[in-house]
Amino acid sequence: MHEVISPIPGTFYRKPNPDAAPFVEVGSQVEPDTTLCLVEVMKTFNEIKAGVAGKIIEIKAENEQFVNPGDVLFVVG
Amino acid sequence: MAYTPRKIFKVLVANRGEIAVRIIQAAHELDMQAVAIYTDADAGNLACQLADESYRVGENLAYKSYLNIENVLKIAKEAKVDAIHPGYGFLSENAEFAKRVEEAGIIFVGPSSETIATMGDKAKALEQAKKSQVPTMPSTPVLQDLKQALEQAQHIGYPLLIKAVAGGGGKGIRFVENEKGLKEQFSVAVAEATSAFGNGGVYLEKYLENAKHIEVQVLGDGNKVIHLYDRECSMQRRRQKVLEEAPSPSLDSQTREALCACALRMAKEVGYKGAGTLEFLYDSQSKGFYFLEMNTRIQVEHAITELVTGVDLVRQMLRIADGEPLAYKQSDISLRGHSIEVRINAEDPQNKFFPSPGQITKLQCPTGSGIRLDSMLFSGRTIPPFYDSLVAKLIVYDQTRPLALSKLKRALDEFKIEGVKTTIGLFKELIKHERVQAGDYSIHFLEDYIGGKHGI
Repeated sequence: MHEVISPIPGTFYRKPNPDAAPFVEVGSQVEPDTTLCLVEVMKTFNEIKAGVAGKIIEIKAENEQFVNPGDVLFVVG
Repeated sequence: MAYTPRKIFKVLVANRGEIAVRIIQAAHELDMQAVAIYTDADAGNLACQLADESYRVGENLAYKSYLNIENVLKIAKEAKVDAIHPGYGFLSENAEFAKRVEEAGIIFVGPSSETIATMGDKAKALEQAKKSQVPTMPSTPVLQDLKQALEQAQHIGYPLLIKAVAGGGGKGIRFVENEKGLKEQFSVAVAEATSAFGNGGVYLEKYLENAKHIEVQVLGDGNKVIHLYDRECSMQRRRQKVLEEAPSPSLDSQTREALCACALRMAKEVGYKGAGTLEFLYDSQSKGFYFLEMNTRIQVEHAITELVTGVDLVRQMLRIADGEPLAYKQSDISLRGHSIEVRINAEDPQNKFFPSPGQITKLQCPTGSGIRLDSMLFSGRTIPPFYDSLVAKLIVYDQTRPLALSKLKRALDEFKIEGVKTTIGLFKELIKHERVQAGDYSIHFLEDYIGGKHGI
């Protein structure tokens, strides 16, 4: 089990833009360099990568929720 | 009474941060009441403190608040305002918003929604420029194939850019050095445009190696229009300006007059109303200038023009919107002295300009002759993470450019902000550089400087 945490404070986005499909869903197979979400702070968009290969087991944050550094965003297993 | 309002007794400022403060102050000086809007994160900010009334406009995310037309209009009606000033960013260049404001019987402080729809649209503005015989960047129509691209490239000359018609915001652009490069990159560019934008249309545009970004300020009442000379805005990082000066150190007086005359002709032909800016790329070798786009609103860097011309642009916007004819003739406008603005952003120059929201724990502002600070800061205030990182603009004015640079150095040394990282340190270093001292830097200078050995 691997927890993907937010390194920064900001707004959590599951999609690259409002009209697009989410980057991943529960059950998606991911590689270490797969982008899982964006965290935006002051108009700077930061791509958060999986870091490990595996399946998305849980998505811990809501789209557009404000997250703090250290918050768990995804669980990959 | 300094000024007696005719129609605008109460104005809603549909913005936040330092520009909301700037507009509220201008309204108060004209004996108009000002209404601020805020989100939870912005409650109690300087704009709310200074305004006569303030209303919560929605949740923190901009699209749920400052960008939400319905919410803004609801407050405008509830507060019974006579006018809305949009500031810059957010809804300021949204033609639909301007139209909805007009339809609600409220004065939009700026051009008509039709003008915004035309001049705010890059393609339409370029058409208007051609109609007004204002030079635009040499470019080709959409290309059929490589053979046509190679033929057309002969007319423009290398280096050049391959641009996707459906691209924008710096995306879908490829740099090509020579014919070999065009042969290699053409089909890749078409394939990339097809997959990224769903439209494989590409065209070629001339590329300027040492381009400078120079813009011209205009002001009109829908009938009469004047220009207020130029600003040099070449100091940019990721297409965001960070330092601006007026007048531009790159122009001789003959080129300046030609550039300003071009901009004015175009603004006159569309019967421009309000404050607007025409942006150009300038090639100092050939002294050629090329129209890029028009901003149909007040700009961040308006203050430097105010200082060198003596015209208060935000005040004039409000007076024009209030129904007063433009109070200046072109012959009233002349340049005096030199002004420089630096944008104080809550960003860490030591860490790739990463945003730095947070609480201001200590604040000591520069003061004295020739210093102007347009700011949203006060000690104890928390800079929210949701919006732009611009927190203050330090503007200096002096008789000459060297004196203005010296004053800027002095002011930056006095400026102390603690609790968040800021770009103050970057500017302290930057203004020592010989290219900046000489007033000769292109739009590529800052990124080269940051990426270079200087370690900033």
